[in-house]
Amino acid sequence: MIRRSNKPVFWSLFGAGGMVSALIGPMLVFVTGIAVPLGFLLPHDALRYERMLALAHNPAGKLALAVVISLFLFHGCHRFYHCLHDFGIHVTAGMKAACHGFAAAGTALAVYLLLVIGF
Amino acid sequence: MTTTRIIEIECQRFNPQTDSEPHFQSYQVPFSEEMSVLQGLQYIKDHLDGSLTFRWSCRMAICGSCGSMVNGVPQLSCHTFLRDYFPDKVRIEPLNHFPVLRDLAIDQTDFLAKLESVKPYLIPDTEKTPAQGTYLQTPQQMDEYYQYSECINCLLCYAACPQYGLNKEFTGPAALALLHRYNADSRDAGSAERMEVINGENGVWGCTLVSYCSEVCPKGVDPARAINQNKINSTKDYFLRFLQPRGGK
Repeated sequence: MIRRSNKPVFWSLFGAGGMVSALIGPMLVFVTGIAVPLGFLLPHDALRYERMLALAHNPAGKLALAVVISLFLFHGCHRFYHCLHDFGIHVTAGMKAACHGFAAAGTALAVYLLLVIGF
Repeated sequence: MTTTRIIEIECQRFNPQTDSEPHFQSYQVPFSEEMSVLQGLQYIKDHLDGSLTFRWSCRMAICGSCGSMVNGVPQLSCHTFLRDYFPDKVRIEPLNHFPVLRDLAIDQTDFLAKLESVKPYLIPDTEKTPAQGTYLQTPQQMDEYYQYSECINCLLCYAACPQYGLNKEFTGPAALALLHRYNADSRDAGSAERMEVINGENGVWGCTLVSYCSEVCPKGVDPARAINQNKINSTKDYFLRFLQPRGGK
């Protein structure tokens, strides 16, 4: 009997993260990195503190932030883990746990902060 | 009109009885426009050095025997032409990632065991006798697997695969593509038996989608696609088993 791999769990998170980052990533870079700071197409105060706080207070906003942070992290960490392997750096169980653990910890922290910030 | 030019062919040599390390040997080979790299090797064996060892059979990209590294790229030497390298030299080495038996001949034992592990034959639901007729299939059903059945086991994809290079336990491109060839065949009912190989750490999950296997395949097979379709199948299998009643397959 060949032991079943647990990769489907991490690959699903990686795949979902890839999808979300492909769809939302470029837009986020444009809005937060170009449009708002330069006042190009969007006003300078589009991302000001009160607005962002309102976004984080709104349940739909919380969900969107949690999904973006969590799946981006899982996608990036999984990619990093495979790159190490491709470069011939032998990936130990500890390094695998560190990569995916970092994403899990980031997710837990984001969810915790989104909850304590209030509704 | 055939013009004869001279090209330098540099071959990796290794005799396990006398050499501790492989080394290179150069030959000056006259060639004409239509000569393949394999014909260059045959010229060396017939006229310059009868001890040069390499495998070949059909000379027309059907048998899959003459795979070697030509200037670092996995190629069928019968499918590669000297004119495309002239005036530079051609360097021929045995396929990457395999143990070398002698000169350009590699040991395929590992691959053959892997091929056997994927049960590369039809496992029908109910066995028919010849009197009961043939298993019918529509052209659409045939399209599902046809390209994968073109595999000639030449092992260029294993020489191209960095994952196989790093981990010899990985089932590898050709065996997984052939696994998919039978799973995708409407006459086959053996998917459940092959799922165990797919689901293992060294099944489809050993692949990181580099896709060089599909690039070097001389027969237009796309092993990377077969493997990644089965990552989806393996993921479904992983999660859907929790929804099935206990004792379910």
